[in-house]
Amino acid sequence: MMELVLDLLSWVCLLAGAAFLLIGAIGVLRFPDFYTRLHAVSVCDTLGAGLVLVGLMLQGGLSLVTVKLLLMFCFMMFTGPTAVHALAEAALQGKLKPLVDDRES
Amino acid sequence: MEHFIDIVLLGLLMITGFAIVRMRSLLAVAMLTSIYSLLSASLFMVLDAVDVALTEAAIGAGISTILMLATIALTTDREKAPRHTPLLPLVVVFTTGAALIYGTLDMPHYGDPDAPVHRRMAAAYLHDTPEEIGVPNVVTSVLASYRGYDTLGEVTVIFTAGIGVLALLGYRTRRRNIQSPAIKKLVVLRVIAKLFLPLILLFALYILFHGDYGPGGGFQAGVIFATGFILYALAFGLGNAQRLIPQRLLHVLAAAGVLIYAAVGIEGMLLGGKFLEYRVLADDPVTGQHLGIMLIELGVGITVAAVMLIIYFGFVSRQHSGDS
Repeated sequence: MMELVLDLLSWVCLLAGAAFLLIGAIGVLRFPDFYTRLHAVSVCDTLGAGLVLVGLMLQGGLSLVTVKLLLMFCFMMFTGPTAVHALAEAALQGKLKPLVDDRES
Repeated sequence: MEHFIDIVLLGLLMITGFAIVRMRSLLAVAMLTSIYSLLSASLFMVLDAVDVALTEAAIGAGISTILMLATIALTTDREKAPRHTPLLPLVVVFTTGAALIYGTLDMPHYGDPDAPVHRRMAAAYLHDTPEEIGVPNVVTSVLASYRGYDTLGEVTVIFTAGIGVLALLGYRTRRRNIQSPAIKKLVVLRVIAKLFLPLILLFALYILFHGDYGPGGGFQAGVIFATGFILYALAFGLGNAQRLIPQRLLHVLAAAGVLIYAAVGIEGMLLGGKFLEYRVLADDPVTGQHLGIMLIELGVGITVAAVMLIIYFGFVSRQHSGDS
């Protein structure tokens, strides 16, 4: 019974993660400028990859594999947002203007 | 299921290949080659070749992308429009390709159990490794022990590449720390880089000394080691990085790695064995093999890390001097 619950939970995580990654990919294609695309990538990637790793951890059970996956999870939680932050900051320093909606102002 | 993954990966590889040919922006091409390497690494992973996958991911997707970007920063990021019609090259490529495909017809089929390599060499390696060498990872035993000559050759090639870059580009040591002001403002990047640098170096050591038991070895470890220092150079400036590892030290290290490798071979000769025969290194043959493999992996790692840093510093130090 317990195993079935864990299996179900892990598949929910895996599929949700895959869905987030897909949404992120669509966002990169569809969003209008660099910053919004970066936004799509960073949020969906961190969440999607994180969920996939959590799903795999549930599949792994209490083992060395799970520890390694946990380390990867921590690593990605730090590196993903940092990389995107550095990219956005570099683009801003490089005088790439964000697309703003100026109809209201 | 595995076939499905194979087909998807190979399809993506083909798409990436065509995109690389069509692109004119070299920055995009550099990123696409990185993706190509990552896809190849996944493909190797599906084929259960974890060592090759790790190498491809670390070298192909990791450091060669960095080196390519450094080269582009030094030269130009647009591909020149071709001046000739592509007809003659196309004919040459097609003829060569057809000849190569014709040549593969004589080769044994993919996965054929009767292929010579599976009947003699692979079977012997798989059979003899547990008792002769006693390492769980057969790839390491083949690479470092049975095929030690080849690996020595590879390390020498890498060393020669480092010398070539030094001879062509030279190097400049920076007294002042030169860094673009844009990166100075990236506080988050600097903090995270500082936090992760020890972890990256620790991971490189793990890959180096765990190569007997799992995927890994000197080549991958050296590249990961170099990547850690390149990250430091990116976040804290080239001058600081060169103060951390002086250029002279890199030159010594690049040579030292090859010399350690060759010295292990000669030590075997002095102890009454053949060149690169490890079992005479200790009283127990298996212990000798362990010792020999560990030492030569260390040599490989040192040379690879030093040469990668020499190439990187060689490119980047010129780039800054061009500006001023």
